[in-house]
Amino acid sequence: MKYVDEFRQHKLAKRLSAAIKDESDPSRNYNLMEFCGGHTHAIFRYGVQDLMPDNVKFVHGPGCPVCVLPIGRIDEAIHLVEAEDVILCTYGDLLRVPASGRNSLIKVKAAGGDVRMVYSTQDALRIARENPDREVVFLAIGFETTTPPSAVAIQQANAAGLKNFSLFCNHVLTPAAIQNILESPEVREIGSVSIDGFFGPSHVSSIIGSRPYEFFAEEFQRPVVIAGFEPLDVMQSALMLIRQLNEGRYEVENEYTRVVSREGNQKAQQRVADVFELRRSFEWRGLGTVPYSALKIKKMYQLFDAEKRFTLPVSQAKDVKGCECPSILRGAKRPTDCKLFGTVCTPENPMGSCMVSSEGACAAYWSYGRFRQPVQQSA
Amino acid sequence: MSAVVKRFPLRLDTHGGRIDMTHGSGGRAMAQLIDELFVKHLDNALLRQANDQAAFDVTAGRMVMSVDGHVISPLFFPGGDIGSLSVHGTINDVAMSGAIPRYLSAGFILEEGFPLADLDRIVASMGKAANAAGVPVVTGDTKVVEKGKGDGVFITTTGIGVVPEGVRISGDQARPGDQILLSGSIGDHGVAIMSSRENLEFETSIESDSASLHRLVEKMVACAPSIHCLRDPTRGGVATTLNELAMQSQVGMRLTESEIPVKPAVASACELLGLDPLYVANEGKLICICSKQDAEQLLPVMRDDPLGRESRIIGEVVEDPHHFVQMETLFGGSRVVDWLSGEQLPRIC
Repeated sequence: MKYVDEFRQHKLAKRLSAAIKDESDPSRNYNLMEFCGGHTHAIFRYGVQDLMPDNVKFVHGPGCPVCVLPIGRIDEAIHLVEAEDVILCTYGDLLRVPASGRNSLIKVKAAGGDVRMVYSTQDALRIARENPDREVVFLAIGFETTTPPSAVAIQQANAAGLKNFSLFCNHVLTPAAIQNILESPEVREIGSVSIDGFFGPSHVSSIIGSRPYEFFAEEFQRPVVIAGFEPLDVMQSALMLIRQLNEGRYEVENEYTRVVSREGNQKAQQRVADVFELRRSFEWRGLGTVPYSALKIKKMYQLFDAEKRFTLPVSQAKDVKGCECPSILRGAKRPTDCKLFGTVCTPENPMGSCMVSSEGACAAYWSYGRFRQPVQQSA
Repeated sequence: MSAVVKRFPLRLDTHGGRIDMTHGSGGRAMAQLIDELFVKHLDNALLRQANDQAAFDVTAGRMVMSVDGHVISPLFFPGGDIGSLSVHGTINDVAMSGAIPRYLSAGFILEEGFPLADLDRIVASMGKAANAAGVPVVTGDTKVVEKGKGDGVFITTTGIGVVPEGVRISGDQARPGDQILLSGSIGDHGVAIMSSRENLEFETSIESDSASLHRLVEKMVACAPSIHCLRDPTRGGVATTLNELAMQSQVGMRLTESEIPVKPAVASACELLGLDPLYVANEGKLICICSKQDAEQLLPVMRDDPLGRESRIIGEVVEDPHHFVQMETLFGGSRVVDWLSGEQLPRIC
């Protein structure tokens, strides 16, 4: 596969592995948080940890859009299907996310609810055009990467006068979440979670650019390296982070220059700004209520806002007792620290959201990482 | 002057006609459908007897029997259709015991309104596949359900076969030290289906690998009767099949990713859709587990067959109380290759 295999080469990986070993100071630890689930997935799928010295550790962050969606929002989506009889369109991962009362969208679908898995917002628009007598709601989730397509869909629906389409907006913002982690007492005061540096998101940064990270790199004195999602990107970025830490620097560096610029994709940013505005606060699973961390649909497009169009019940849903997803999402605990992990909580029967998406830390641990045995090094 | 009264004065309209409830009624319409469509394409002496069952002599020894339901969507896809797939699928399930498949049965569930032209095409394709395989469909059944209660056509086929003497192939026979052989590139069927799904708009030149593997198996068994396990990695792909075998045999497995052939177009499609080829379905590939000595003898035999041209040793069986399938990644790390969880793509066979 052209332009992909180049970033998965074993030879280069070995060389980078040696360089990281050389560069890292054996007397200290390097705790590097990858914010994005995409990085978590790459680290596990390619066995990147095996190529790192023992004192370089990956701390898995909250950057899995499915994982951070609180149970209450899923309950509300279920309400739309069951009480309002809408056609609910959403991405596949979300179907299995547990709602309260051991429910989920996939169970609602099995019971006759009209829930449809789509691959893009354009599919949802098509379904709305094909079913003019039904209300069609797109359950929109995700970070800055998935926000522009949602903005475009709303503008298209508006231009076409599509009256039966609306969007249930759950779009969240990356910089706000990173800042929240750095401000959490666990990191700041108690010091129980040590995060020395960040792998910056790749796809998100292609939209927002590298500039938004400059503030907190400076403010919290933590280096950030924007990293691509291929395994060699992760290793090269680890090396760049280690160098910064060794030299006492805390800058925003960009390893993913083939896609990310400092300013980002300004056309996409403009579309988002046209349609969305900041929410005063939004509840994240794991992080709690985070101020100005999410988007809502602007008033001028409120016809397409499912939250305005339908009355949604206020859900008091709580996470399953014993589920450590919140701590895992903050990097405070590892999946294996959770009593439910692999006992009652597995990908077939997820109790917490981190076990659902392939980008979730628990699912990655379970699918790729259990009882890892080091590969025998050839001489 | 003798006027021969035709049994059915008007021919079955296989151009513009559609299935209606009378085609499942047991009456004349059904008889005509059987005559002018099913028997026409699947013709053989046993079927022509027109009994409710096929009667044939059996040889001494062990027989195997297998059933497979086919609900694939879409019905026609690059490299095949539900008809050929329903023949290949069951022949392969029978053959994976080392048996020589002998006869097939076919049960059709048809939805009211289904175009007879499509049914004609499907049954013709079945007949062609059965003929090419030398395994006739000797008995069948047709039912019609109301519109909206089915999805065009579902086909269930059963196959029976005879196991050569001395062959004891079973999923619980893998032993530590055994080699794992794979007969060719993976993921072709699943990607071909995905590319023809309405809601996934992408184009690829990939065709389904749907094929009958029994002749390849026959040669393999003749060369190495002591093969331990054979299985075709259909739904859930190679990853799931190996996990099944590891569990049944109470062993672990270690794979080498660089040895597993994936066509570039399949790899690209999977990359784009976020799928792992190891979990994507195949319909014309097999996995064979056998001793080292057998593996050396089998490889040239497999590669000599058109369906095994790209056969490779992809890993080996190890002792492991957890029954994990692990893989040394191309990148140089290692990871667990787990069971498929959830559903990568529904209704692929």
